[in-house]
Amino acid sequence: MAVTVRIPQLLRNLTNGEREVQVEAATLREAIEALDARYPGLRQRLLDGQGELLRYVNLFVNDQDARLLSGLDTPLPQGAEVAIVPAMAGGC
Amino acid sequence: MGLVGLRCRECGKAFPVSPVYACDECLGPLEAVYDHAGVDPAALRARIEAGPRSIWRYADLLPAPHDPEADLQAGFTPLLHARRLGEALGLPRLYIKNDALNPTWSFKDRVVSVAISAARRFGFEVVACASTGNLANSVAAHAARAGMEAYVFIPAGLERAKVVTSAIYHPTVVEVEGTYDDVNRLCAQIADEYRWAFVNVNLRPFYSEGAKTLGFEVAEQLGWRLPDHVVVPIASGNLLVKIARGFDELARLGLVERRPVRVSGAQPSGCNPVARAFRAGQAYVDPVRPQTIAKSLAIGNPADGKYVLEVVRATGGAVEEATDQEIVEAIGLLARTEGIFTETAGGTTIAVLRRLVQQGVVRPDETVVAYITGMGLKTPEAAEEASAAPVRIPASLRAFEADVLSGRRADAAQRAPSLITR
Repeated sequence: MAVTVRIPQLLRNLTNGEREVQVEAATLREAIEALDARYPGLRQRLLDGQGELLRYVNLFVNDQDARLLSGLDTPLPQGAEVAIVPAMAGGC
Repeated sequence: MGLVGLRCRECGKAFPVSPVYACDECLGPLEAVYDHAGVDPAALRARIEAGPRSIWRYADLLPAPHDPEADLQAGFTPLLHARRLGEALGLPRLYIKNDALNPTWSFKDRVVSVAISAARRFGFEVVACASTGNLANSVAAHAARAGMEAYVFIPAGLERAKVVTSAIYHPTVVEVEGTYDDVNRLCAQIADEYRWAFVNVNLRPFYSEGAKTLGFEVAEQLGWRLPDHVVVPIASGNLLVKIARGFDELARLGLVERRPVRVSGAQPSGCNPVARAFRAGQAYVDPVRPQTIAKSLAIGNPADGKYVLEVVRATGGAVEEATDQEIVEAIGLLARTEGIFTETAGGTTIAVLRRLVQQGVVRPDETVVAYITGMGLKTPEAAEEASAAPVRIPASLRAFEADVLSGRRADAAQRAPSLITR
């Protein structure tokens, strides 16, 4: 599945400044592995030692919070847009 | 002295004072760091007491300088001894911090006042926010006062009054199709791409500090003494965490005697991720999809949920929830016992306070402060059910006697006959 990943400012030093990266992946986990293969170091900014998503990393698949879907096992439809959003402070 | 930098709340990495909000190592949130070494507590207390009757009396303890051109004089709201509500709940020493009495009628004016000052200091021209309504009101008003361009992002379908009370200041009101959490995510993405001052995203390390003043003021108004127990509504959780921080700072600076303050949190049952995590003994909060009348508390993914759990557990408090029905009843209870008309968030606080008393968590021997953070006219829909229906009569004395006097409350009717006999 070809999907588009939006990279936040804080991680663009790893992607040579790229805002959007296309990868082939069937799940979010695969997308992160594919990103790391191209831009080594990205994986450890997003996942902990056990391979789980870090607390302050938010992933969205077509604007849906992956934590409310199937986490890293969330399937990615063809053409899906994945957004990485750090430290989503927000709130009142 | 004063603000010296920012620090990652997760990994501790230090950053200079600047409009950054996330750590470039672990992507965790940043917070303000101060140096108060060598502060003379008596002199600081005198400075505070001689200061303006607003949050800016605590300027020494805030991360931005007082900016009179952008100031609407938020804060220094009444702390009332709530005798009649206390009687109803069995709490002789219950106090209400009535923060509905702010320039735009919610506690948000505190955090926005600090954020706008920081935004001007950093040279931003556009100020923005993701909001459930109250924050948008405050950002729009402060931007008008400061002459800044404002964009406020709210979920579509908010209470009508909460839209008008932003729109009147003429910001661009952007209604986003989705929940608050969708709005918040969108704003995080916009803040990442454009140099706008999103008060609760990229200015959050500054903004959030304004909430400490709700701890400072209560202590000062109690005669520089800390209460035993406070009950605080939870949306993102920042307010609760920063009230506790405010108490702690005063004690560390020697402005009050250190004593334990129990901190409890209130959520609506229709958006209860922190209450659920508290009951389950979890260290983290799992997000939920909100469905509640308490729209100002409807944040399904509360950013500070983890820190709320830490504070509540460390202080021996609790996080409890209230149903929509209980919230409406509590709005009515506060209004008819204390003359204070609050919105659904305040109803949530009072309803949860009631539950906590029933559970024995809040005790009659404690000095208790309940935080009322917003005013009722913004959510009149929620109040209708708890309101007394008018008695409509023709303009005649006979009709008054037949329809009004006959319907007097039983307790009032038992008093001596009140007909004037002269």
